[in-house]
Amino acid sequence: MSSPSRASGSPWDRARLHVVTGKGGTGKSTVAAALALALASRGKDVLLCEVEARQGIAQLFDVAPLPYEERRIVAGPEGSGDVHALAIDIESALLEYLQMYYRLGRAGKALDRFGVIDFATTIAPGVRDVLLTGKIYEVVHRNKRSKNARTYDAVVLDAPPTGRIAQFLNVNGELAGLAKVGPIRNQADNVMTLLQSGLTAVHLVTVLEDMPVQETADGIVELRAARLPVGGVIVNLARRPELDDEERDLAMAGALDGEVLRSDLERAGLKVPQTLVDGLLDEAVEHSERRALEDEQRGRIEGLDVPTFELPRLADGIDLGSLYELAAGLRDQGIV
Amino acid sequence: MTARVGPLVAGVDESPALDVEGLITDPGTKIIVCCGSGGVGKTTTSAALALRAAEHGRHVVVLTIDPARRLAQSMGIEKLDNVPRPVPGVRTTEGSLDAMMLDMKRTFDDVVESQASPEKAAQILANPFYIALSSSFAGTQEYMAMEKLGQLQADATATGRWDLIVVDTPPSRSALDFLDAPERLSGFLDGRFIRLLLAPARGPARLMTAGLSVVTNALTKVLGAQMLRDVQSFVAALDTLFGGFRQRAQRTYQLLQADGTAFLVVAAPEHDALREAAYFVERLNDERMPLAGLVVNRASRVPRGRLSAERALAAAEWLEEAEQLETGHREGNAGMTAGLLRLHAERARIVTRETRLRRRFSAAHPDVPTAVVPALSTDVHDLDGLRLVGDLLTRG
Repeated sequence: MSSPSRASGSPWDRARLHVVTGKGGTGKSTVAAALALALASRGKDVLLCEVEARQGIAQLFDVAPLPYEERRIVAGPEGSGDVHALAIDIESALLEYLQMYYRLGRAGKALDRFGVIDFATTIAPGVRDVLLTGKIYEVVHRNKRSKNARTYDAVVLDAPPTGRIAQFLNVNGELAGLAKVGPIRNQADNVMTLLQSGLTAVHLVTVLEDMPVQETADGIVELRAARLPVGGVIVNLARRPELDDEERDLAMAGALDGEVLRSDLERAGLKVPQTLVDGLLDEAVEHSERRALEDEQRGRIEGLDVPTFELPRLADGIDLGSLYELAAGLRDQGIV
Repeated sequence: MTARVGPLVAGVDESPALDVEGLITDPGTKIIVCCGSGGVGKTTTSAALALRAAEHGRHVVVLTIDPARRLAQSMGIEKLDNVPRPVPGVRTTEGSLDAMMLDMKRTFDDVVESQASPEKAAQILANPFYIALSSSFAGTQEYMAMEKLGQLQADATATGRWDLIVVDTPPSRSALDFLDAPERLSGFLDGRFIRLLLAPARGPARLMTAGLSVVTNALTKVLGAQMLRDVQSFVAALDTLFGGFRQRAQRTYQLLQADGTAFLVVAAPEHDALREAAYFVERLNDERMPLAGLVVNRASRVPRGRLSAERALAAAEWLEEAEQLETGHREGNAGMTAGLLRLHAERARIVTRETRLRRRFSAAHPDVPTAVVPALSTDVHDLDGLRLVGDLLTRG
């Protein structure tokens, strides 16, 4: 674990597992990918995992759909690490799990014939989460002695959404309640120990709107109640402050000067029909209203008392290039 | 990966317009299901449609899954009690609007209690597996949303209290979980695994084939004997309910396919949301579910004034440079004007991107009627906000 260019420490220097959650539509997968790049830029070898069978990583990085296999998707320059990716597919994870912990080769196949695998992965709802967290535990806990297995300095998990995150991470706690003794109990206890330790940080992605911020606040309460370590809040898709406070106040009051605007536009060589002046003034009002709401939400987030990071809204959407920009943003703000 | 379903060439025309007003006022529309990925405004859309339909004289009940707190408060359903309640402040003399928020555990409990004898029900409700399954594990919400829909529909038929049910669907990881739920349940209940779990309770040991004992041994090894016994007693206790469960699941599935049902796929003009929407549309067609159309929420408004992003940015740069050169010469407002031009450019670029994404969708699915709802600059948290959304949805 080398981090030569490190100036000041991130709050999660020790973390080996970064869990990234967020309400749907907040861009949690994008942030998870950017975080993986940011960690790699600090010289760490990173594994980026997804668990929702969406092939989101392949799309973000513009590579072919990922199999259930750790694939290198980014090779960093000298001094930085690589990013590998893994799309965890639930059935393969179950068979692997049965093989690894119980050496059930033939019996595993028999389970499949009897519909047990199907049951376990689709009908019995909690089993999914147990397997996913179990696989994450396995990759984080690998060490140099593990046979034929690649080891990583950090694992970034593109996790289920905020509304479900505490339940997802705590599934092994639930399980420990059901299995009082036996191998499942031991495994569940091990996973919980990792997830509740300083080796884990759960980051929450939000946008500056009422409901996502509310869910973030609720999620933090639930995580804390389950003794799961809350990392940072990452505000995504923030509007750029194109107007200063005074201009925003004027815009909200409908007091921006249309004549000055017109003469400026004409000076810049534009043809200026009245619709253009009116249109720009309308946009100023809408922007100011949105920004006022955003400031209110920003205030609520500050009240959560959690380190906060902010990423801008990119007008052209997300592509591979913008992922690197966002990664630089995260790194410069000291999340890694 | 499923194959892309649809035509192989695209015309230049946009999709046909979705007549939302016609849909909600048509007495033939009995059920509207709003589905789509998380964060696209499904709940707001459902509530706005329900309110508008009620104010047009229909008797409506809306089942929401997880509304924003303030919206729930303004609809009078912040208390989660699984019972539809009248929404205060609806402006109608003919119609009515009831709303409820889904309580999945309560719904599950109700099913158990209605299907089993009192002793058996008590036994099931106390089983630790049941408690875990019904309250905290993922996936249950989808089953229970469909169960509740079935109940509301039965209620509507029996009492005539409602003539339109609007359903919001859970933000599933797989957007299709709720569609699969009834079928999966039926498939599972007919499956060998259930018989396997029930085998010790039911049949003599000679029925245990060699394969079966391998499986039982494997399960014992993995689960431990104690846990396997708990699971078996849980499944045995539920066994009597299974017939009922299956019937209900199949009824709900048929209900979804019926003529009076309309699916609205809700999306935002974002890559992921529209991809999910495309997947939904294709799947609904596969399942022969009646798709009414696509609602694209939160579309950025097309800026007025026919000024391209490029020219706006160029003008902003020019103004800023000019101001730097002649500082002091003029009372500087160029900063504001440049700011407005940059805002405009950003808006224009976002509109271009969103339009491109929508066209991609409509090229692949040209027959799907579409309604585009412009983004609001404020949050929706009261009935007036819902009315505004309703207006925008039906503006056409």
